[in-house]
Amino acid sequence: MKSITRQKSLEQIERGLSDWARVFIVGCGTCTTATMTGGLEQVLEMKEQLEKMDKWVSGWTVIPVACDEMTAVSIEEHGRAIADAGCVLAMTCALGVHRLNQYLERPVVPALDTLFIGVEETPGCFREVCGQCGECVLGETAGICPVVTCHKGLVNGPCGGTNRGKCEVDKERDCAWSLIYARLKAQGRLQAMRNYQPPRNHHRMPRPRVTRLV
Amino acid sequence: MASRFRQALNSSEFVVTSEIAPPKGINLETMTHHVDLLKDRVHGLNVTDHQSSVMRYPSLGGCLLIKERGGEPILQMTCRDRNRLALEADLLFAASRGIQNVLCLTGDAVPVGDHKEAAGVFDLDSVQLLKAIRELEAGRDLGGNTLDGDVEFCAGAIVTPEADPLEPQLIKFEKKVEAGAEFFQTQAIYDLDNFASFMEFARQYPVKILAGIVLLSSAKMAQYMNNNVPGIFVPQALIDELAAAVAAPDAPKGAGLAKGIEIAGRMIREIRENRLCDGVHIMAIGREEVVPDILAAAGMADWQPTGRIV
Ligand code: SF4
Ligand code: SF4
Repeated sequence: MKSITRQKSLEQIERGLSDWARVFIVGCGTCTTATMTGGLEQVLEMKEQLEKMDKWVSGWTVIPVACDEMTAVSIEEHGRAIADAGCVLAMTCALGVHRLNQYLERPVVPALDTLFIGVEETPGCFREVCGQCGECVLGETAGICPVVTCHKGLVNGPCGGTNRGKCEVDKERDCAWSLIYARLKAQGRLQAMRNYQPPRNHHRMPRPRVTRLV
Repeated sequence: MASRFRQALNSSEFVVTSEIAPPKGINLETMTHHVDLLKDRVHGLNVTDHQSSVMRYPSLGGCLLIKERGGEPILQMTCRDRNRLALEADLLFAASRGIQNVLCLTGDAVPVGDHKEAAGVFDLDSVQLLKAIRELEAGRDLGGNTLDGDVEFCAGAIVTPEADPLEPQLIKFEKKVEAGAEFFQTQAIYDLDNFASFMEFARQYPVKILAGIVLLSSAKMAQYMNNNVPGIFVPQALIDELAAAVAAPDAPKGAGLAKGIEIAGRMIREIRENRLCDGVHIMAIGREEVVPDILAAAGMADWQPTGRIV
């Protein structure tokens, strides 16, 4: 499982940093390293880019797992350089930004857009397979999630836009319901597709979502 | 009371409906002209609901206009732009103004339209919308609360007989029937043999089927539809026929369109004479003014939609 990110444009990053001349950069050794959006190499490239924008980079680090509590330790190690900066530029996913905000008083500016939580299907290819909807229907859809795999999130079968197994929004993308149909058929479970699915409960767990063990 | 359209569906008469596209903006002149031209020539007029996800004057507004001018509106309703509260409220509004025919559609995807960054809602899907309509008729909303005042709708949906693969569409067709669809408009059909075998399947269900007739205006358009529009298949013979019509050295201007009108008319005649299904839904897509010519080409120049209580 990975948090999938994409770098914002340099213009957007420059706008985000416009209030500060001195910046500390944080990358992440896990997801953004795997997606090459916030690993060591990208952090060093960003340093160069920021210098071209006339920023002074007071320091940088790549935290092993930016979203976990060990982040506090890394922050402390770099306390001096961070104190020298006006803000921290986070090349982590939004979970990392969140974590950094927990430990830092300095403003944290995201350099990346967090797109989805995905699994690596083939090397370098990540796919969103679950949108954490709170009401899982995978048991009736042959393990293929219609909520995130179907462009429209339809739960009662394909729309009229499905075409030779592809989705109406993009001829290159599989239609979720063609996949679900083929798999249910192979499993001899087409009956599952005939079951009426009622309108989904969008507030199974109302936002903000929090759970506590025990 | 049953709507005029429902009465026509339940009569023995061959049912003819057509389609009106609302304008972008509030200049209703062309739409009004089309309504006046067609309202007495067909059993009902569909008004599209931001077709292809392009924002336009609303379907409800178009239906009210048809009503005001004495026609029989069929409200197209997609699930793309409204959540269940808004859909239910619009249905109540429609019912209160005598708009009783509803065609339930999923709706095209947002990115194919002209508001590419908008949220696609799809809180309900077409099957759930049909069921919601039957709930409202039973006096309850989707929150389970009692409604003050009775509503009644003639509810229909869409089916694509040429879809590939077909079986998932047929499963959804069955779900729509179970959810309360009483009539179906088909996606455009051109191959009547194929359509006849679809009808063998559809005849098992207590629903009325209106065959979708989309006017072809050129071989190029036919080819474009084959390549780009899901569930539409124009046979090569028809494409050749359209191409030949404009290739003739003495072909007048508009020969392609004239041929398209002839083809549409020929198909309607064949469907009607052989009673392949219960009626047709004519989509002239931007050329609503030629619908009477299509009817004439079908041998229905003097035909009047009578299956209704006037
Ligand atoms: S239905 Fe889809 S989005 Fe919801 S929990 Fe299951 S896999 Fe995740
Ligand atoms: S074509 Fe398939 S995946 Fe795309 S919106 Fe329709 S049902 Fe969903």
